[in-house]
Amino acid sequence: MISRWRARTGTSVHGYFGDLFRVVVLLIALLMLLPLAYLLYRAAGVGLPTAVNLLARTRAVHILWNSLLLTCSVTTLSLALALPLAWLTVRTDLPGWRIWTILAMMPLVIPSYVGGFTLIAMFGPRGVLQELLSPFGVERLPSIYGFTGALWVLTLFTYPYIFMSIRAALHRFDPSIEEAARSLGYNGWQTFLRVTLPNLRPAITAGGLLVALYTVSDFGAVSLLRFNSFTRAIYVQYLSSFDRNLASLLSLALVVMTIILLLLERNSRGRSRPRYYRSSAGVVPPRQRIPLARQKWPALIFCGSVILMALIMPAGVILFWLLRGLASGESLVPVWTATLNSFRAGVMAAVAATALGLPIAYAAIRMAGRVTNFAAQAVYVGYGLPGIVIALSLVFFGANFMPLVYQTLWMLVFAYVVRFLPQAMGAIQMSLLQMNPRLEEAGHSLGLGNRAVFGRIIAPLARPGVLAGMALVFLTTVKELPATLLLSPTGFSTLATQIWSATDEAFFTRAAAPALVLLAMSACSILLVLMQEEKDVRE
Amino acid sequence: MSENEFENSMLSATADLYDSALRTESPAGLCLHGVSKRFEGGVTAVNEVTLTVRNGELLALLGPSGCGKTTTLRLIAGFERVDAGSIEIDGVVVASPTVHAPTEKRRVGMVFQEYALFPHVNVLANIQFGLRRLPADKKSARAKEVLELAGLTGLEGRMPHELSGGQQQRVALARALAPKPALILLDEPFSNLDASLRARVRAEVRSILRASNTTAIFVTHDQEEALSLVDRVAVMLDGTVKQVTAPHELYRNPATRAVAEFIGDANFLPGIGYGDTIECELGTLATQKPARGPVDILLRPENIELLPASPGLPASRVRHTLFFGHDQLITVQLPSGTFLDARLGTSDGYVPDQPLQVTVRSPVIAYKRAGSQ
Repeated sequence: MISRWRARTGTSVHGYFGDLFRVVVLLIALLMLLPLAYLLYRAAGVGLPTAVNLLARTRAVHILWNSLLLTCSVTTLSLALALPLAWLTVRTDLPGWRIWTILAMMPLVIPSYVGGFTLIAMFGPRGVLQELLSPFGVERLPSIYGFTGALWVLTLFTYPYIFMSIRAALHRFDPSIEEAARSLGYNGWQTFLRVTLPNLRPAITAGGLLVALYTVSDFGAVSLLRFNSFTRAIYVQYLSSFDRNLASLLSLALVVMTIILLLLERNSRGRSRPRYYRSSAGVVPPRQRIPLARQKWPALIFCGSVILMALIMPAGVILFWLLRGLASGESLVPVWTATLNSFRAGVMAAVAATALGLPIAYAAIRMAGRVTNFAAQAVYVGYGLPGIVIALSLVFFGANFMPLVYQTLWMLVFAYVVRFLPQAMGAIQMSLLQMNPRLEEAGHSLGLGNRAVFGRIIAPLARPGVLAGMALVFLTTVKELPATLLLSPTGFSTLATQIWSATDEAFFTRAAAPALVLLAMSACSILLVLMQEEKDVRE
Repeated sequence: MSENEFENSMLSATADLYDSALRTESPAGLCLHGVSKRFEGGVTAVNEVTLTVRNGELLALLGPSGCGKTTTLRLIAGFERVDAGSIEIDGVVVASPTVHAPTEKRRVGMVFQEYALFPHVNVLANIQFGLRRLPADKKSARAKEVLELAGLTGLEGRMPHELSGGQQQRVALARALAPKPALILLDEPFSNLDASLRARVRAEVRSILRASNTTAIFVTHDQEEALSLVDRVAVMLDGTVKQVTAPHELYRNPATRAVAEFIGDANFLPGIGYGDTIECELGTLATQKPARGPVDILLRPENIELLPASPGLPASRVRHTLFFGHDQLITVQLPSGTFLDARLGTSDGYVPDQPLQVTVRSPVIAYKRAGSQ
C-alpha cells in the first residue's frame, strides 16, 4: 500500500521550478544532518590515542555494559508482561477484555521521567511509602535508585509497544492454522507453542526492538534514578567537566548502538514475511474466545497487578502530592507559566516541522531522484539520534559558531525539528501516498496549472495528514526532556523540565501539578497514535 | 476441566478398545444422528442432520452458502459443540450434548478452504506435523510416502508461500493424510483455485484420496464439483439434509422440488396427476412415480424438444436465444404464456418469434404443488 504510487512518479513539477524545489529540499536535508555531522567532526578531532585513553579512564566499557544490560532486561521483562496480556485480551473470555485492552495500552501515556517521578515519590526517601511506614519505626527503605528502579520504570511504561504489536498479529492470525494443528493431534497448549508462538515471532521482534530503542535512548528515567547508562553518563560529563571530547565520544558510541538497533528493526519489518492466508469467504463463524473457566481468577489478578503498578499507582501518587501541595498553599503560577512555555515551544516546533516536512514528503513521493531520495533518508537520521545527542551537539555548535541563536528559543525549536521531523513527514506521506497521481493529471487535463493543482487538489487531500503530523509533533515536543533541559534559554522552564528538576530535588509537590497537565496532553497524543494503530488492526 | 479430561481419557480408551473390531465390522465410518447446532442470537445453523458415511466413501455436502454445511463439517471436526444429537466416528461417540472429544482426539484430518499451511515451516515439516509420535525413521518414511502420493517429491524444502495454489492444495491434503486419519474433511477445497486449474486439481485430489482409500467429506457449493467428484451427494438446504444419493440419481430423481431447483436447471410446468399419467399444457405425460392432484412437473431443459409448428394447433414462440457453441439455450413461450428453457444441439438455428411445437421426453417427475391438499 505504501509503495503503491511510488513507482509511478508522475512528475508534475518540471523545469526551473522543479530545480528550485530540489535545491530547497536539499537545503532542508543538510540542515537536518547538521547535529550528526558536527558530532562526527568533534569526535574525529579527538584523535585515536586520546580517544582510547579517555574512554578507558571513564570506564566506557562499564557504561556500555550497563546500557546493554538495561536494554536486554527491559525488553525481556516487557515481553513477559505483554505476551500474556495480549493473549488474554485477544483470545480468551477474560471478563472485561475490552477494558483491559485499553488499560493495558494506557501506560504509554506516561513519559519515562514522569514514571521516574512517581516511583521516587512513592518508594524513594521522603516518598509516600516512607511516610506511611515511619510511625512504625521504619527509618529507611531499600533503595530504588539504580538498575532496579530504571528497569521497573522503563518496563512498565514501554511494554505496551510489544503488547500492541502482538495484539495486532493475533488479530491477523488465521484461526484455521490453529485448527489445523488441533486436527493433527496437538492440544491447546502444544498448538500455542508449536504454531501460534512461532508465528508471533515477527511481531515480538518488532515490538521488542521498539522497546529496546526507547530504552537505549531514554534519558528521563535513567537520569532521575541515577543509573549510569550512556545517556546519563553523557549528561554527567556535560555538567561536571564540560569535557566536549569525552561527551562527543560517548554520544558517538550511543549513536552506533542506536543505529544497530534501528537497522535490526528495519530488517525485521522489511523481510518478506510468509503470507498469511486469511479466510475471506466469511463462512467461518467469528472465532470463539477460549473459556478460562476457573483460571480467570489468576488471569484477572495478573492483569490487575500490571495495571495497578503501571497506571493506578502513578496516578495515585501524582494526586497525593498534588493535594498535599494544594493543602500547603503551593503556588500554581509556575505551572501555568510552564504550561504556556511548553505550549509555545510545541506550536513552534509543529509549524516548523510541517513546513519543512511537506516539501520533502512531496518530493520523496512524486519526484523520485537521487537528490530527493537522499533528502528523505537524511531526514530520518534525526529519528535515530537520541535527544541528548542532538542537544549536546547543538550546544557545542551554538556556543562555538552561532552565539546569537544559542540560548534562544529558536535553537530549541531547531532541535525539536531535527528530532521530530520524521514524525511529521510520516503522517504527511501517508496521506500523499494514498493519492493517485492520476488525480493530478486529471487536474492538468481539466486546464489547471501547477499552482491550481496544488491548491485545489493536493492541499485538500493532504490536509488530514498535515494536521495529524502537526498534532503529533506538538504533543511529542511537549513531552521531550533532554533537549529541552540542555537548550532552553535561561529562565525558560517547561512542564518537562519542571517535573525533572523538582523530582531531582525531591520537591514532589512541585512536580505533581505539571505531571498531571503533561499526562493529559500526552494522553491526546497516544490517542492519535492508537487511532491509527486500530485502523491498521482492522485492515 | 478435570471432568472433561476424564471424559476424554475414557473416550480414547474406549476408542482403542473398539478400534480394530469396529473398523472391520462396521461399514459406517461416520454417523450423524439428529445433529443440531444453534448459534447465539437463535440462528439454527444445523437442524437435526442425520447422515451416514461408509468407510472409504467420498461424500459431498452440497448446498448454497449459509445452508449450514460448513458448520456441520466443523461439528464433525470438533471445532464447535453440538446442541443436540450425536456424532460417531468409527462407532465411537465423539460428540453429543454431554460428550465433546477435543479435535486432537478425533482422528479427523482437515483440509481448509485457505489451506491453513503453517507459514513458518517448510513443506516437509508441515507434512510431518501430525507425525510427531512416530519414531524418526517411520516418520520420514511416512512423509516420503505421502509426498509421493501427492506428487510433491522435490518440494520438501519449499516454504508455503513459495508454492502455487495447486501445490499448496496438495500439501494441505498430504498433511491431513499423513497421520492416517479415520476421516478427511475438506472445506470448499477448490474455491481458491483458478478455474483453469480447478478441474485438474480436482482430479488429482480424487485420485489421491482413492489411492489412500480414505473416507472423505467435501463441503462445496459448486454442484458440478460435487456431481463429478464423489460417490454420493448429500444436499443440504436451510440446515437440513434433504437427500443423500449418487450423483446421477440426484440429478434424475430429485427428492423435492427445492432440491430439483437447486441441482441443475429446471423448468416447472403446472399439471394434474392421474396416477401414472399427468395432464398438462403439453398433453398427457408418463410419470416415473405415481402422482395425483395438482402438481408441478420438472422439465430439464435437455429433455425438451422443439418441433416445427403444426398447422391448426396453437403454436409456441421463440423468445430468446443464447448460443454457446457446443449447445444453445432457447427460451420459448407456450400459448398459455409460460416460459420454458430448452437446451438443444446446434444443428438447427432459431430466430425470435419463430412458431414452434414443444414436446417432452417422458417419463417425467412431478411434485405436489405447494399449498394444495
